[in-house]
Amino acid sequence: MDNEEILNIVTVGHVDHGKSTVVGRLLADAHGLPDGKLEAVRENCRRNSKPFEYAFLLDALKNEQAQGITIDTARCFFHTDKRQYIIIDAPGHIEFLKNMVTGASRAEAALMVIDAARGVEENTRRHGYFLSMLGIRQIAVLVNKMDLVGYDQRIFEDIKAEMSTFLEKVDIHPLSFIPVSGMEGDNIANRSQRMSWYTGPTMLQQMDDFASVPAPEWASFRMPVQGVYKFTANNDSRRIVVGTVESGSVRAGDEIVFYPSGKKTSVKSLEVFNAATPTAFEAGMAAGFTMNEQIFVHRGEIACRRDEPAPQVGVRLKANVFWLGKQPFDRNRRYYFKCGTAKVEMALESIERIVNASTLSAGQRQYCEKNEVCECVITLERPVAFDLAGTVEATSRFVIVDGYEIAGGGIITQALEEYDYNTRNIRWSSGGVTGEERRRMSGMKGLVVWMTGLSGAGKTTIAQEVERRLLDADVLAYILDGDKVRRGLCADLGFSDADRTENIRRVGEIANLFRDAGMVTLVTLISPFAASREQARKIVGKDFLEVYVKASVETCKSRDPKKLYKKALEGHIPNFTGLSSPYEPPTNPDLVLDTEKWNEEECVEALTAAILARLEDKTI
Amino acid sequence: MDHLDKLEAKSVHILREAYAAFDNMCMLWSIGKDSTVLLWLARKAFYGHVPFPLVHIDTHYKIPEMIEYRDRLAKEMGLYMIYGENKEALDSKTTFPDGNVSHVECCRLLKTEALAHTLDGSWPRYRLNLQTGEYERDTNTDRYTGVIVGARADEEGSRSKERYFSPRDQKNDWDLDDQPPEFWNQFKTDFAPGTHVRIHPLLDWTELNVWEYIERENIPTVSLYYNQGDGTRYRSLGCAPCTKPIKSESHNVHEIIEELRTGALSSIAERSGRAQDAEDGGLETLRRNGYM
Repeated sequence: MDNEEILNIVTVGHVDHGKSTVVGRLLADAHGLPDGKLEAVRENCRRNSKPFEYAFLLDALKNEQAQGITIDTARCFFHTDKRQYIIIDAPGHIEFLKNMVTGASRAEAALMVIDAARGVEENTRRHGYFLSMLGIRQIAVLVNKMDLVGYDQRIFEDIKAEMSTFLEKVDIHPLSFIPVSGMEGDNIANRSQRMSWYTGPTMLQQMDDFASVPAPEWASFRMPVQGVYKFTANNDSRRIVVGTVESGSVRAGDEIVFYPSGKKTSVKSLEVFNAATPTAFEAGMAAGFTMNEQIFVHRGEIACRRDEPAPQVGVRLKANVFWLGKQPFDRNRRYYFKCGTAKVEMALESIERIVNASTLSAGQRQYCEKNEVCECVITLERPVAFDLAGTVEATSRFVIVDGYEIAGGGIITQALEEYDYNTRNIRWSSGGVTGEERRRMSGMKGLVVWMTGLSGAGKTTIAQEVERRLLDADVLAYILDGDKVRRGLCADLGFSDADRTENIRRVGEIANLFRDAGMVTLVTLISPFAASREQARKIVGKDFLEVYVKASVETCKSRDPKKLYKKALEGHIPNFTGLSSPYEPPTNPDLVLDTEKWNEEECVEALTAAILARLEDKTI
Repeated sequence: MDHLDKLEAKSVHILREAYAAFDNMCMLWSIGKDSTVLLWLARKAFYGHVPFPLVHIDTHYKIPEMIEYRDRLAKEMGLYMIYGENKEALDSKTTFPDGNVSHVECCRLLKTEALAHTLDGSWPRYRLNLQTGEYERDTNTDRYTGVIVGARADEEGSRSKERYFSPRDQKNDWDLDDQPPEFWNQFKTDFAPGTHVRIHPLLDWTELNVWEYIERENIPTVSLYYNQGDGTRYRSLGCAPCTKPIKSESHNVHEIIEELRTGALSSIAERSGRAQDAEDGGLETLRRNGYM
């Protein structure tokens, strides 16, 4: 085998029409089985006194053999001289439609199996419709069990005519109709001697004739952002926007816009590990790049090129949805909408029509049951970027999550204008507003940046510049300055150990409230005691960044911007940290800014980057 | 993009999705070729970093060279390396090598049980101190909610039915009969408290693909996979008492690839040297209850 190309093929069709048998037979006849596998299954059948079936080769799992039907998608690996195949055997029973969808969505081509004796049945058509919705266009139809109808050409032609008519309505044009018998091996891997009237390809020939669908390289650049990585180990200072390129391409120097935020930058460098840097990232590649401007972007946005058409951005859209959930899809529940890497809350606004996927007849009601399809209007809680069906597949498709489960899938057909909020009959929250909700509204989470260090170490100087840069990056930030707090909120406190501890407790509580309001709060406080800093961390929880602004007493004494060391040394200030009161340096801070080794710019840059990375890291 | 580029891109995409979705994630590292490729893919996805712990379930019956290799790589790559074990079963000699239980029961105790309790943090986790080279009890005992595993669909029947993101319930069980749908590169990233999700970035890879990738990327592997002159090599690695080598003349990665390409091994199942698979119920029973 020279060609390493891999093609995924799914087998679909009504239950008991013989999908597993056809695939089992193919593996047996085209030498796709390990030695002994066939014998082992035959032996198993003998022991249990039941007739051998080729389907048992695939239905290796115990409970499936007992019921004789495929429950879940099984995949088998197989190769011809032309290429490797992954054959996905999808279940035909309506009960397992979600598994059929799972299997079929991974495929580039489909083999639809129809029982010649029983003809086209409900799930034959339903599967045809779902293949169309899932975007699979390469289909061949196998009319199976020809042995049971005496290899009669008329029966074959009737089924071909009926199925062609149906598939045309859902925009599928089969490449071939092949009369086969999985049981007898006719036209599977070997050409049948019993149907001389048929001159088209065998199943195996048809598989080799399928095209491996190339990525549409002509389309506009779309890269849903999976995350912004800033791993600091081994002094790695890169801040890399990562994602998989769904269409188009990007190179260093390209002007980039992120949607829905509309923020602009340009690509500084393409990033890879243990490989030569490519000249461009193209469709299908897992990509990453650094930016020339340190803007705040997060997971869920789509990176696009400025010189290409922009995606849609909106909170209302029209879509075709297929529903797989146990609970119906209705207007009373809240769901999550996942498109690209975006995940936002959504609601069903209205259903325009319900479609029976088997008969294609339409109905009118305002909920959609399991295994039904509907055309509907969806409202999102906040703006998302997307494309329309027929352009970029990955950014025009979405799934709906109900509770913890993916319960439906859909294709966006139209972007709609936003309703006036007053006329919208959707209430987003019945209880109090949570920090989580506020975070989603502003698109960011709060963070407490606790900057500890001696007086004169540079806490306030650094914090002021970092605040400026955060605001430039559209991040809401505020400095909670130790001196200001001392003049107001904590004017009643002195500098004894107990008062210092209380001072820090109060600042910790206030900082936590600011954080809850979605703000990056820069606390500049000497906070000399490890225990009280630990208490502040406990109050705030995980969104806490301890930053040690490091400088020795000697250095601070020589800087002495406020002339405090001078006064303290002259005996005017009792309990002065570093002189007459101890400072306990952090043992395991999140970040150390060594102001003796680094200049102000380097400290500001490091802290800004650390904050942005922390904000982007797990932001929805 | 050739076929390895496509497989790599898909795996990296899955790893990045998992990293975004799970706050407390780990990767199982069996020291075998598949999970070592997985470790390499993590470094691809995260630019040389591995931003989560690697967990090895140590049965203490592993072939000694595997453990040496594990600790050497962990130190070289600066990994957050964890191992877990079933101390009670080992202390009471409730094992197959001690002659007290069957293959499958031994796997259940030393691997499945140890895994379940290591993942939920109820049994001690031991972390490699990269400075001293010694294992110390890890202070982090939080439940891992996302667990990356190197299972491949072509290995055996039950794995061929896996999802990329596959939920496990509170008892660690896999509900094979009612798996959630998964399509269009959208994965199950929401889960109920107390449950966790297994993530399978290597699902689409074949044994041949794994070796081709090891050759292309020059990934270090245990020498047990190669014929050292006695005409045998291990094709799948496990515990010493229950893993048998196959007859093979392959001395290096390139020769293994040739061996697989020419079909010399196409008639032998990859895990044929693993004793637990041959017992009644075998791997499927083990996997339903949480085995890798």
